Amino acid sequence: MQSNAALEYDYSLAKKFTFLTILFGFLGMLIGTLLAAQLAFPSLNYLLGEYGTFSRLRPLHTNIVIFGFTVSGIFATWFYIGQRVLKVSLKESKFLMTVGNIQFWLYFVGALLAVVSLLMGITESKEYAQFEWPFDIVVVIIWVLWGLNIMGLIGIRREKALYISVWYYLACFLGISMLYLFNNMALPTYFTSGGLGSFFHSVSMYSGTNDALVQWWYGHNAVAFGFTVPIVGMIYYFLPKESGQPVYSYKLSLLSFWGLLFVYLWAGSHHLMWSTVPDWMQTMGSVFSVLLILPSWGSAINMLLTMKGEWQQLTENPLIKFMILASTFYMLSTIEGPIQAVRSVNAIAHFTDWIIGHVHDGVLGWVVFMIMSAIYHMTPRMFKREIYSKKLIETQFWLQTTAVVLYFTSMWIAGITQGMMWRAVDEYGNLMYSFIDTVNALHPYYVIRTIAAIMYLAGFMMFMYNIYKTVTAGREIEEEPQFRTPIAA
Amino acid sequence: MFFRWIERNPFFMAAWISLVIAVAGLIEIVPDFAKAARPVEGLKPYTVLELAGKEVYKKDNCIACHSQLIRPFKSETDRYGDFSVSGEYAYDRPFLWGSKRTGPDLHRVGRYRTTVWHEAHMWNPPAVVPGSIMPAYRHMWKNAADIETAYAEAVTVKNAFHTPYGPGIRKGKEAWEKYKPTVLAQARKVAEEMKGTEGVSKEEVLKMIDSGKVPEIVALIAYLNRLK
Repeated sequence: MQSNAALEYDYSLAKKFTFLTILFGFLGMLIGTLLAAQLAFPSLNYLLGEYGTFSRLRPLHTNIVIFGFTVSGIFATWFYIGQRVLKVSLKESKFLMTVGNIQFWLYFVGALLAVVSLLMGITESKEYAQFEWPFDIVVVIIWVLWGLNIMGLIGIRREKALYISVWYYLACFLGISMLYLFNNMALPTYFTSGGLGSFFHSVSMYSGTNDALVQWWYGHNAVAFGFTVPIVGMIYYFLPKESGQPVYSYKLSLLSFWGLLFVYLWAGSHHLMWSTVPDWMQTMGSVFSVLLILPSWGSAINMLLTMKGEWQQLTENPLIKFMILASTFYMLSTIEGPIQAVRSVNAIAHFTDWIIGHVHDGVLGWVVFMIMSAIYHMTPRMFKREIYSKKLIETQFWLQTTAVVLYFTSMWIAGITQGMMWRAVDEYGNLMYSFIDTVNALHPYYVIRTIAAIMYLAGFMMFMYNIYKTVTAGREIEEEPQFRTPIAA
Repeated sequence: MFFRWIERNPFFMAAWISLVIAVAGLIEIVPDFAKAARPVEGLKPYTVLELAGKEVYKKDNCIACHSQLIRPFKSETDRYGDFSVSGEYAYDRPFLWGSKRTGPDLHRVGRYRTTVWHEAHMWNPPAVVPGSIMPAYRHMWKNAADIETAYAEAVTVKNAFHTPYGPGIRKGKEAWEKYKPTVLAQARKVAEEMKGTEGVSKEEVLKMIDSGKVPEIVALIAYLNRLK
């Protein structure tokens, strides 16, 4: 490997976005924990008056986790990885630094305003695309600024070949741009009605079934290009870097990258099975969901095989443990998704908590684990200090792993139970249960899920504390570690 | 080799990525677009009051727990009524199918629930459905629904998408001032069916409407009654 000693990288943007990642991660999980608790104990709905009900808070949870936590994580790691794999420092371009700083502040202020708007109930009510049009415009500007930075950095690079991670960040940028623009097409009613009513309100350009189709083409692929593509890009950098092992197979990474991009978009219609969307689209969604196993497992297996012959690192280095588990949860999640996309399974699973379980084994087990390991890897290099405590990482690891397992198992059982109860009939063919019976049956699982959420949040707070202590009181290190991140025992 | 080459040429790589991503959307979404937007025969657009109710539904995010999509299974049609068909949603902007049923489907709730039922239920769900985990939405009695914005929406969809509204729905303040009494009259009709709750009497609701404001709960009930 080439030495990086000659170049001095500018980590100021990476640091800023890392701070936001942690802040939004905490907020998103805190609200998530409250939501989990509200379903188990409904009296918790009244803590904040009209602003504190489950329904009003849920978009806040999803949007903070997606557009707050994950997107900051993507930005933070990009501003770290980008310079290093392209062999160019942000210091070399005043222009790109300025663009990056504008992006940061616009993002920070925009995110806070967006949170307020959702609390107020200003929403387009399309899942994960709730922001009303003025906020959409801000999102687009931030995104374009980021794109400018990617392109700019690529433009002045010294390393001619783009490393695998860069492919993924590039695809993340392009994919989200396309999806976000098309899905959020709306007419602001204030301007089209001659100045009547609310300035913020807009009406979707698509109606009914078409709106659903565009929305889930977006919704599913926001997961693809937000929760999958950039996170795969991260692991392709951080796992080889942390373990000192080269990526196992270049061909496998080619196959999984292009395969993922081509196949993922088709699968969106599996969110609309048994709906009024034409049958052939539902079938396509189902078929391509199953096909999606190939590129997903391709990446995951490539990562696992990268550790070939070096498995002892799993016991020695907690960061390797985090990343390997993240990879494993990615495999679990990407086999579970296709199963749910099979028509007969979908008939039971859709509308139930099994879907919620699926999202969370992916996000808690894969996305959050990967972003936390990235931050654990970057912090000592950005702040030139040793990670504060290994014990804390170990404890956090087991606490959060147990939490994820509790979370998805309880939601699997809850989902399948409810799906079966909805369709259960007695010997005369009458429905056996009223709807409320099927709700009350879920209470124990909602309680278990709440416990899991609290455990996971506690683990995240350990992570926050560990990073805080690293930055303020970690032992200083002279030279940047080449591979394994230094962690105080 | 193609891939070795493209990795060194970012512009072509970006173009190629965009193309590969776009294929699925083009093939899946475009062909049936016009067909899927056609309304079923006899479908009427939402009244301005109902639109205002739909905004309340969106604002308090009922979609977090309730679907509006009845799937073609006997277990669903027995519970909720006829399965949903595409043309019924032609005037739904946005669609409100939802993705999770923590509570029951609402696509035909207007067939089997009444104004009085909703009134009592929104005030205190467990009193009407023992064991319910739905929160009460009492602020809907205090807050006024934004009927002017609902009117602005009707004007917009009439002009932009040719949604068949009558001649009364026109651009501008003046047209709205002229139309407003129609909305208030619709609201009054719903409110007169209400019984009043332990916290807010029927008279107070009517008084609010007579002062030119429609409580959110009235607009919401008008919308829910329309779902048939």
